[in-house]
Amino acid sequence: MNSQGDPEILEQERRLIAEILAGDPERFYELIAPIEKRVYFTAYEILQSSTEAEDVAQEAILKAFRGLATFRGDSKFSTWLFRITVNEARMRLRKNKEVSLELLVADDGETVYTPIQLADWREIPLETVVRKDLADHLENAIASLPLSYREVLILRDIDGINIVQTADILGITVANVKVRLLRARLMLRDYFVSENLIRASTTVGAKRK
Amino acid sequence: MIKLNCEDVRREISNYIDNDISPVNRKLLEAHLEQCQYCAVLLDSVHNVLVLIADERRFELPAGFGTRLRQRLNEEFADFKSKRP
Repeated sequence: MNSQGDPEILEQERRLIAEILAGDPERFYELIAPIEKRVYFTAYEILQSSTEAEDVAQEAILKAFRGLATFRGDSKFSTWLFRITVNEARMRLRKNKEVSLELLVADDGETVYTPIQLADWREIPLETVVRKDLADHLENAIASLPLSYREVLILRDIDGINIVQTADILGITVANVKVRLLRARLMLRDYFVSENLIRASTTVGAKRK
Repeated sequence: MIKLNCEDVRREISNYIDNDISPVNRKLLEAHLEQCQYCAVLLDSVHNVLVLIADERRFELPAGFGTRLRQRLNEEFADFKSKRP
C-alpha cells in the first residue's frame, strides 16, 4: 500500500494549489467539491449533531484554505483535510462534554473481541437503508461505539479511506488501525444482534469462547 | 496444512474483508468457512452491516449547507485577495 497516493494526482493537486495561492482562490472549490460531503459526515458521525457537524465542517474547510500555503503536499489534500476535520471534531467534543483524553485512548491489546455467536443471519436488504427506522438503527449502532473505534470505522468504512491514510489521519500505527477496525466492525454487527434488530437464532451456550 | 480455529478466523475476518490477507491465510480461512457455519454467518453478517453503513443514500447534506459554506468561503477569498499586493 502506498500512503503517498497516486503521484500524478498529487502533482495535479500541487499545481492547483499553486494556482489558488497565486491569486485564484475560487479554484479552491475544485479541491473540496469531491470531499465536502464526506467532511460533513465525518464530523457528524463523531459529534452526532448536525448543527455542530456543519460548524466543524465549515471551520475545517476554512482552516484548510487559510493554511493552504503550509500544506506540504506529501500526502493527498483530502488526507490533510480529514485530519483537520477529525481534530476539530475532537476539540468540539471535549469542549462540550468535557470528554477526557482517556476516552480517546483505545485498548489496542491482543485480546480478540468475541462476537455473539449466531447460527444464522437473515440479511438486511440494502433497499431498506432508505427506511427511517433502519437509518436510525444504523446511526445508533455507530454512535454506540467508543470514540476511538468509531473514528476508525468512519474513515475506513464510511469515507472509504485506506488503512495507511486512516493511520496517518489519526496519528496511530497501521497495526492499531487494524485492531480497532476489527473490533469496531464486530461491535457494530453485535449491536444489531443485541438490540434484536435482526431475526436470527443465537446458539444457546456458545460452544467456543 | 494447519487448520485455523474460530478465534484465528475472528482475528483475520476484518483483513479478509479488506482483501489484506496472504494467499495462504486466505485459503486456510476459506477452508474453515466451508466447514464452520458460525464463522460463515459471522462473515456474512459483518459484511451485510458494512454495506449498509456505507450506502450513499444514507448521506444527505442539510438544506442550505453548500450555500452557507460558499458564503463563508467567498468572504475568505475576498479577504485573501485584499491582502495580496
